[in-house]
Amino acid sequence: MTFDVSRRSLLGMGLLGGGNILGKFLPSKALAQNPKQHDNHFTSSAVHGGSTTVGDVDNDRNGFNPRDILTDWDGGKVSQLPNGQTLREYDIAVEEREIEIAPGVFYPAWTYNGRVPGSTIRVTEGDRVKINFRNKSLHPHTIHFHGIHSARQDGVPGTLEAMPGEEVVYEFDAKPFGCHLYHCHSAPFKRHLHKGLYGAFIIDPDPKRHPEAEQQARSRLLGSSENKQWQEFLMVMNAFDTNFDEENEFYAVNTIPHEFMKRPLRIERDRPVRVYLINVTEFDPVNSFHLHGNFFDYYDSGTTLTPTLRTIDTVMQCQGQRGILEFSFKEHAPGQYMFHAHQSEFLELGWMSAFEVVA
Amino acid sequence: MKKTWLWAVLPLVALVTSIIIFLSTNPLSPLGISAPPLENLTIERTVLGDRAISLLVRAEGSEPMQIAQVQVDGSYWTFTQKPPGALPRLSTAWIDLPYPWVEGETHHLNLITNTGVGFEHTIDVAVATPQFSLSRLWGFTLLGLYVGVVPVGLGMLFYPSLKTLGGEGMKFILALTLGMLAFLLLDTLEEGLKLANSAANAFAGSILVWAIAAISFLTILTIGRSRGKAPEGQSLSTYLSFSIGIHNLGEGLAIGTAFAVGEAALGSLLVVGFTLHNLTEGIGIAAPLVKSKPTFITFLGLTALAGLPAVLGTWLGVFAFSPHWAAIFMGIGVGAILQVIVEVGSYLARTASKIGGTWLSKISLAGFSAGLIVMYGTALLVNF
Repeated sequence: MTFDVSRRSLLGMGLLGGGNILGKFLPSKALAQNPKQHDNHFTSSAVHGGSTTVGDVDNDRNGFNPRDILTDWDGGKVSQLPNGQTLREYDIAVEEREIEIAPGVFYPAWTYNGRVPGSTIRVTEGDRVKINFRNKSLHPHTIHFHGIHSARQDGVPGTLEAMPGEEVVYEFDAKPFGCHLYHCHSAPFKRHLHKGLYGAFIIDPDPKRHPEAEQQARSRLLGSSENKQWQEFLMVMNAFDTNFDEENEFYAVNTIPHEFMKRPLRIERDRPVRVYLINVTEFDPVNSFHLHGNFFDYYDSGTTLTPTLRTIDTVMQCQGQRGILEFSFKEHAPGQYMFHAHQSEFLELGWMSAFEVVA
Repeated sequence: MKKTWLWAVLPLVALVTSIIIFLSTNPLSPLGISAPPLENLTIERTVLGDRAISLLVRAEGSEPMQIAQVQVDGSYWTFTQKPPGALPRLSTAWIDLPYPWVEGETHHLNLITNTGVGFEHTIDVAVATPQFSLSRLWGFTLLGLYVGVVPVGLGMLFYPSLKTLGGEGMKFILALTLGMLAFLLLDTLEEGLKLANSAANAFAGSILVWAIAAISFLTILTIGRSRGKAPEGQSLSTYLSFSIGIHNLGEGLAIGTAFAVGEAALGSLLVVGFTLHNLTEGIGIAAPLVKSKPTFITFLGLTALAGLPAVLGTWLGVFAFSPHWAAIFMGIGVGAILQVIVEVGSYLARTASKIGGTWLSKISLAGFSAGLIVMYGTALLVNF
């Protein structure tokens, strides 16, 4: 592994030179108890002491909004199969388009349905999933789902790979329950994934199949009364290498750097929070999620109904790794609580955010 | 008569027409050229102020360039651009960053354009850029005087002893001057090319230096010989002073910029070195005056002409520096030095023939070598 010295030495520099400064800002800025700040207005008080991208991305032109992506679960076109199984059908098309991945910075992305990350496919354990996949681009593409399925459905080169202009259909049963992802697996793999061909694939547990933990299962099942108590968010940790030197220039959750730092994500204090966290960051071995002033329970891959890690405030994921975070601010004073990668490098290059906890 | 006019104008009209046709028909389209725009960015000045970094950037894109974001030490940072907006080819703008830089440490900047390309700039040693103030100006003036005027003046003090020299001694001194000039020529050329390299590519800096050198050489040579004979005595000394003055402007620039970017840790060594280094210049300027009866005012004028540009150079280097202008000055300097090499050489040849010899002799070889060696040896003290 060779690192570009000029970029890597920044880490050391940042820690030595910026550490002092960081320390000065953290207590006053990040833990500022300012419940009055209800407008989502970009003020300098909301950013990390000058460390921010400048300006705003035109979400309308992009055709997607990182804030909407937090919660726009796509249940597909629902129907019943003769055997009583629920069928969920999706149309997904690959489009090559330029998107604004940071204020004023344009990137020639490859997208599922014109957005990065692609649609959040959310189904229930045991559902039949059918994907009509159209390739409207100039390169071959696939969709490779993380899940349990047959080799014939795997979506790798030579298996259900859609050539330019072609359409293929993927069909499989949704299992296991958890927080998963899908992405392109065509060669060259790294570039196909990095350019934006990825999305979330969430399988809610079917409470009937989990009598031993029915309550937890119900709380995860989208649409149930228990689930409505929760504030659920999808966060896809991604990054962009805008000059193609295999080093990322911009880091974010849901594509746009600093979005939730400039306009913190509002959460109600008295309702629990569940974050579906997925790491698709290319070129860096790991990414991470660190929560300020609080701790969370973590379900690796979301495939269990009891936490795999309890009471942690930082979790690390390699590429393709994902999990579910559960936490509550019930006991806390209202205010801004940061969350970000705990790699300083990623934080300063955009993966820096905050919750605005309101009473 | 009318017809010849027509033949001068017609090609120009045809040229304009052909360019218009080219631009309107776009014959490149069948070649499938729809490449992204070429971009380049040159950072011409770096100013470190009170918890702030300012950069003067010059855009060199095939299309107007847009600076979208700026990283300092791997962190995106708030910045303002004056004037704002896209930067047309060869235009400049100031980028101001309210960044708490650290004294004596290195900082890396990266300017990201709208296409996602990054242009990196390193501040090797962060020190506050000297702000303009009278006391500071006086300090740099003194420095310039020490480096330029004082050594040349001290060299002039050899004048009485030069007068006692015979023909052979004169040959030695003239050859010594030639050796010194040869050193200055290479030194100035090297400095000019170095500056040209750090200037925006569009200015084709190195070619600019060579071209300016050629033009200035021929211009000064023509002026010098406009009376039909080679300059001698006081006028030759004046040309020597002029060319050495431009070289000393370059030395002043180097010292000034070194102070501005915090590299002048040599301080007193630097000044002592330059004093020794430039002493030879005074001897060289005084040599052609041996046959005439110069007044004190003449010596003063020649000293000022050769030395004061060093003061100007330190000012420019510290307070207002752009590499392409400096490169142009160095080009003029190269031409001017070449001109005095030619004239001092012909003076040496004439001196030699008067005493019944040729320009090439053991004495002149010894003098020439001595000139080069003295300059090189003293340069060891000031090369940083």
